[in-house]
Amino acid sequence: MSWHWLFGNLTIKELAFLHNPIIAPAFGMMILAAVTVPLVLTYKRKWTWLWTQWITTVDHKKIGVMYLILAFIMLVRGFSDALLMRSQQAIASGNMGYLPPHHYNEIFTAHGVIMIFFMAMPLMFGLWNLVVPIQIGARDVAFPYLNSLSFWLTVIGAMLVNISLGIGEFAATGWLAYPPLSGIVYSPGVGVDYYIWALQISGIGTLLAGINFIATIVKMRCPGMTFFRLPIFVWTVLSASILIVMVFPVLTVTLGLLFLDRFFDMHFFTMGMGGNAMMYINLIWIWGHPEVYILILPAFGVFSEVVATFCKKRLFGYNMMVWATLSICFMSFIVWLHHFFTMGSGANVNAFFGIATMIIAIPTGVKVFNWLFTMYRGKIHFYTPMIYAVAFISTFAVGGMTGVLMSVPAVDFQLHNSLFLVAHFHNVIVGGVIFGYFAGFIYWFPKIFGFKLNERLGKISCTCWVVGFYVAFMPLYILGLMGMTRRMSHYPADTGWQPFLIVAAIGSLLVAAGIFFQFVQIVYSVINRHKPEHACESDPWDGRTLEWSIPSPAPFYNFAVTPTVSDIDEFWEAKQRIKAGEKIVKPVYRAIHMPKNTGIGFVIALMSGAIGFGMIWEIYWLVILGVVGVLAAWILRSFDTDVDYYVQPAEIRKIESQALPEGKV
Amino acid sequence: MSQIDTHHDQDEIAHFGFWLYIMSDCLLFAALFATFVVLHDPAYAVHGIKEFIDLKFVFAETMFLLASSFTFGMAILSSYHHHTKKVMFWMIVTMVLGGCFVAMELYEFAHLIHEGNGPAVSGAMSSFFALVGTHGLHVSCGLIWMLVMLVQLAVFGVNSDVQRRLGYLSVFWTFLDIVWIFVFSVVYLMGAL
Amino acid sequence: MSNQHAVPTNQKTLKGYIKGVMLSLSLTVVAFLLVGLHICPQYQPFLSNVWVVAIVSGLAIIQLIVQVHYFLGLNRQEGKWDFSAFLFTIFVVFIVLIGSLWIMYSLNYNMMH
Repeated sequence: MSWHWLFGNLTIKELAFLHNPIIAPAFGMMILAAVTVPLVLTYKRKWTWLWTQWITTVDHKKIGVMYLILAFIMLVRGFSDALLMRSQQAIASGNMGYLPPHHYNEIFTAHGVIMIFFMAMPLMFGLWNLVVPIQIGARDVAFPYLNSLSFWLTVIGAMLVNISLGIGEFAATGWLAYPPLSGIVYSPGVGVDYYIWALQISGIGTLLAGINFIATIVKMRCPGMTFFRLPIFVWTVLSASILIVMVFPVLTVTLGLLFLDRFFDMHFFTMGMGGNAMMYINLIWIWGHPEVYILILPAFGVFSEVVATFCKKRLFGYNMMVWATLSICFMSFIVWLHHFFTMGSGANVNAFFGIATMIIAIPTGVKVFNWLFTMYRGKIHFYTPMIYAVAFISTFAVGGMTGVLMSVPAVDFQLHNSLFLVAHFHNVIVGGVIFGYFAGFIYWFPKIFGFKLNERLGKISCTCWVVGFYVAFMPLYILGLMGMTRRMSHYPADTGWQPFLIVAAIGSLLVAAGIFFQFVQIVYSVINRHKPEHACESDPWDGRTLEWSIPSPAPFYNFAVTPTVSDIDEFWEAKQRIKAGEKIVKPVYRAIHMPKNTGIGFVIALMSGAIGFGMIWEIYWLVILGVVGVLAAWILRSFDTDVDYYVQPAEIRKIESQALPEGKV
Repeated sequence: MSQIDTHHDQDEIAHFGFWLYIMSDCLLFAALFATFVVLHDPAYAVHGIKEFIDLKFVFAETMFLLASSFTFGMAILSSYHHHTKKVMFWMIVTMVLGGCFVAMELYEFAHLIHEGNGPAVSGAMSSFFALVGTHGLHVSCGLIWMLVMLVQLAVFGVNSDVQRRLGYLSVFWTFLDIVWIFVFSVVYLMGAL
Repeated sequence: MSNQHAVPTNQKTLKGYIKGVMLSLSLTVVAFLLVGLHICPQYQPFLSNVWVVAIVSGLAIIQLIVQVHYFLGLNRQEGKWDFSAFLFTIFVVFIVLIGSLWIMYSLNYNMMH
């Protein structure tokens, strides 16, 4: 009897962990984690708590925490891929190393996909969720239920990528899966299908989050919070959200067409039969370039907050920063061809996009100068976030500069797809995005959890990351100029590349130490959270913006009374006024309108996962179940009228008096 | 109940959010249109749709869709006066007209496939089916949505939630009619030249 | 829960819908007639293909504006944010379309000759 209807194409031999000695322990560890967590939850009888407090939450702060947890887990997963690659390249001089080429290809593909989609984006969304509503004086985002849905869709995407490690395979095409390699002829396995479905599902989550944050920032600012009084971080989130809403549909179409090619034998990107593979490259970079600006703009925003706070000075050139942010947003739509200068569009096209790319560096330079001018004559306090900021300024300047070098098409013809390119983008992503979000994580951690992270461990971790980054990637610039191509699993010994790759591998070990110390920092700080060095009240950094005016940890409703704003850095100005003798007005509490928790977002995401997994393995009953499930959950939710409640003043008063010190209520 | 600490117009915020989704959908169709035009470059479109275009058929489809936009407008007008039965009537008429549009499109697709001009035949045909098919899929989702709204109307009458959702659906349906303007212009009218 | 207003601010009217539908119908009929006649074998085309494409495009854009105004009721005064979002989207759509066509045309030209 054929079991094909039940399991589709999923057979025993697809269970890669059964026969691959490198995958087996990796997948084994994943299974171990997947089994241990439920066991611990059962032992501690915490299932109800998990469901009511976390899975069904629509509280933006909790959703933010969950995004950060996802990001840190996927950081470990993506970084282990990096360690594999660095070690392979360090030894494979004149020999094949220990990773066969096809496996190596899967590793660099997974590394890129995980780091961009399931580490950097969740890290970013985590900070957006934690911070944006409280910086604008709002109680939650515009669409709390969609916020939950966005998060769980992202988790399902990440889970599909993780499952592919042991069941089947992942794509071996590079993180953007260019056809014809990613077409059905050259990638007949399920790898590219895992890729497509993981990104389509999480892509919808991202699009919804972009819509959510535009609506939140535009429509839910507290009274007096005009656009030109917004914290710069909020401006950058708004710009990134606009980019998301505009370009993620293009990713959806592009991957959708690739899916049609693979599944229905269509000819969008095939060789011959009227297909055009370059159209994929064109479309994917129309998405891909704005994507990297989506990642970096909020990191710039974090630095604007951190530098101003830790230099005890208003950010220099607020208006200029806003215009710089908006110009970068605007111009990120007209540079995408610089990712494929070498593909033969000709001099005119290359010249236009090359010049546009050079121009987009200018507003970034304006921002760097503004941060420096903020620091000048400020009282600089070198807490860990500030150290990340200083490291960022020099590191990102180098990375940006190498980008401008490659924006000259003639130069790019030499450097395209070399390790110089790899070094450049890691330079800006690690030096910009990662340093930025780590700084933001440490900076805003006290607001959410009520205690600070350990400073010493933070500085150790930061040092490992910064030094490790330079040791790992500076050799790659040299190798690129020496002619080494990217994505090579092994190379001839007479190239003389090995010493540089060994240095790079040492750098990766330093970064690994940095990540290790980050985990130690978190665990140590949690265990010792009541110690005085970690203690904090509502305003641990003597902050400038509204989020520091509420207790730490923030109450679920954020503000007991919606604030009124009259200036940039309103909280700082209010503190100065109080110091100057202004009387604190006793707050009058009114009922607060809050949304109720719901499990529908989680259910829809699970059903989407069923659709994805079913489509990958052609298990059609699972697909149908998933589709019906998504529709049913969505429609059921629309008939639910019990979706909100009011918090009464008495309860608010009680929470506020517990959270704030005597006399401050 | 004490005074409520809120000043945001929830309906307006929700409408804006839906509008942003529609803006994102514009980009979705832009990418499909771009792909269609690129794969229909006369030098490379080996097997296109030119010989199969029947302008009268497409005109009829267009009339069904345009009429359905009008009848949905009538449903919206009735909803202002909370005439549940009238809203339901006009919705059903809209669904019938929209259903005719989808039926005609499905017929056209089936016919093309049957004659050996299916989407797997060439890049030009793939992009035709993808563009026109995605629009048709959106229309079908709209019809399912209308069905759900009929049930909501029966259960809740025209309350503020239902009105808000009718507002979304109205924007969605008009958006689809607008996209269709460009589909018939670019795919069929220009394709026939 | 939602607010007390049951009637939206930019209320649609019967007159508005009728005007919109009549205009859309006319624009559609003109476009179809133009092309229908143009490809008709007995008919001598006095316009070149380029002109027909231009006119059909123009009619489509006008009908877009008609439907946006009469069916969506989009206007700068009452829907400031919707209007700005719409303009920005048009701008990005324009870049995606024109940019893609320019790039792909140049690629095809350079790589296939």
